[in-house]
Amino acid sequence: MNGKQQVEEIRELSDRIGRPVRLMEVCGTHTMSAFRTGLRSLLPPEVSLLSGPGCPVCVTSNAFLDRAIAIARRPGTIVTTFGDMIRVPGTETSLERARAEGAQVRVVYSALDTLKLARANPRVDVVFLGVGFETTVPGTALALRDAIDRVPNFRVLCAHKTMPQAMAALLRGGELRIDGFICPGHVSVIIGSQAYEFICREFKTPCVVTGFEGRDMLAGITMLLRQLAESRAEVEIQYTRAVRREGNARARTVVEEVFEESDETWRGLGIIPRSGLAIRPRFRAHDAFFCYEEIKVPESKDPRGCACGDVLRGAKSPRECLLFRKKCTPDHPVGACMVSSEGTCAAYYRYE
Amino acid sequence: MKSADDIILLSHGGGGTRTSELLKSVILPVLDNPVLAKLDDAACLSLPSSELAFTTDSYVVKPLFFPGGDIGRLAVCGTVNDLAMQGSKPRYLGLGLILEEGLRVADVRRVVESIARAAKEAEVEVVTGDTKVVERSAGGGLFINTSGIGIRRAGVDTHVSNARPGDVVIVSGSVGDHGVAVMSAREGLNFQAHIESDVAPLAGMIGRLLDAVPGVRCLRDPTRGGLAAALNDIARASSVCVRIREQAIPVREEVRGACSLLGFDPLEVANEGKALIVCGAADEERVLAALRADPLGGEARAIGCVTADPRGRVLLETALGGERMVDVPTGENLPRIC
Repeated sequence: MNGKQQVEEIRELSDRIGRPVRLMEVCGTHTMSAFRTGLRSLLPPEVSLLSGPGCPVCVTSNAFLDRAIAIARRPGTIVTTFGDMIRVPGTETSLERARAEGAQVRVVYSALDTLKLARANPRVDVVFLGVGFETTVPGTALALRDAIDRVPNFRVLCAHKTMPQAMAALLRGGELRIDGFICPGHVSVIIGSQAYEFICREFKTPCVVTGFEGRDMLAGITMLLRQLAESRAEVEIQYTRAVRREGNARARTVVEEVFEESDETWRGLGIIPRSGLAIRPRFRAHDAFFCYEEIKVPESKDPRGCACGDVLRGAKSPRECLLFRKKCTPDHPVGACMVSSEGTCAAYYRYE
Repeated sequence: MKSADDIILLSHGGGGTRTSELLKSVILPVLDNPVLAKLDDAACLSLPSSELAFTTDSYVVKPLFFPGGDIGRLAVCGTVNDLAMQGSKPRYLGLGLILEEGLRVADVRRVVESIARAAKEAEVEVVTGDTKVVERSAGGGLFINTSGIGIRRAGVDTHVSNARPGDVVIVSGSVGDHGVAVMSAREGLNFQAHIESDVAPLAGMIGRLLDAVPGVRCLRDPTRGGLAAALNDIARASSVCVRIREQAIPVREEVRGACSLLGFDPLEVANEGKALIVCGAADEERVLAALRADPLGGEARAIGCVTADPRGRVLLETALGGERMVDVPTGENLPRIC
């Protein structure tokens, strides 16, 4: 089926449903793909896409970032992080500014790169900022498993999060109606489609695990609309070339060995029970929260007027934020959602 | 024991005997020409015209050597291409080398040899230069500044403000190669497919293009910020809308794959051997023929057109059949996280 036929089917299904439908894509890569491929311009006005809390940089709290910056300023410390994180403004400053002022901050592609750096620099503390969802967690877990008893100067400041509980929290909050979830492709490779089954059972909200090409997303949206038209609420997989119901058992085993479920603070969503991963006590010597307990960080604040929190819950569109395109631009970001290449505000700014 | 001259020392920049040894042993024999050989304080030149183009650019790329090129070749091509895009014939370069102490002399020699080769290819001469040594910081640093002088062609105006509704937009070949090649070398990413930088001097190809079609409206080399930045420059300066078709834009399969892995948009990735051309619709075939006659323009393609509205915007018709805006990229290209 080509793109045009798929769009036609979406129109027909939308007519059959007979009311406006709001679908949330929870993954930042979906948000970007929907803009980049022009998919949004192809959907009928009754079908709208909401962007959820799926950009890992965006949902990382200012308190975490402030702590990371304070650690980076310690003499004899190197902080490593994924790229986008360095530009996010914390309460007072950003990692990028701290780096310009002399702190050692390096961009890496994985926790394992950081482990190599720690081995090469045994006299300094090398601290990896563990942010991201189920996709980046196994890498951190492997690095910690390798480091224990062998690389004492390797540390992780952990803010890893898991997706399904955040989706449930949005539905439970009831702030806005979500008719269906376009579930993340990469995350689901690890956790499997089974991880969303409780959402269908408890909230009667359809879920479709979807790939990232424009065509994948059109197909995923069609499957969600078909469920709505037929009054079904199930987990379906559009991204069958990569995702299975049970996910990747080996990756999950490594994660469970190193991490345990914890309550986690999300920017915009607050504390969500069981939505985070904490490093197990056995690995405490590598847990930067405990290694640098003596560092006191003043209470973190979010920037005044910034609507990132509302945007991350899907409660506001970036256009409804008073700072958008005025005080807040990709060159001078006020909030995290404008910084990240996967942030909703950055996507609206660049593509609409 | 290693020879005392296998690495750069601060004294190589002191202006004394070590400096002159470095010049005589590494630089002058390679960049051989009578004007430079005089080692005067300034190069004295006589030019056939007083209509000149003059430009300067600094090069800080890391790593110094990457698939398809190196900092030396880049420093020649970048400056030569800036002159060529103004419709001028590049003639002379000035070369400033800033070396960090501890740098291997063999690497300096390799870079200077590459400069000489690229200059020969571009038909320019390095007629003046300077070498300084700075204290070691990160290690292994080498920075280059090149300035260039070109003779302007009479009757040619290729300014970005010349695009008009009805014009055609052409690119001389695949986009994104340079940025992806450097990024993968920098990060030690081993993509299965080998991606090489496209860094090349375009003055010859552009000279022959302007011989064939002197009325070309705009010329731009889509370097930093890629095609997206260059097209936005044209749309804004000309106060027109540039509309491009995703399916028409040549992107190598391996570059597309790497970009999708790293979270980059190929339209925003730097090129160092490509030209963006806007011409009247009637000139399209002649422009394409002139570009394709050159080995550097063999994959030239029309990728879109110019319309009146919305002014100052670049719009992309996506492969999926949708439409979106193409904005100027911001900040550094950063790897994405998931």
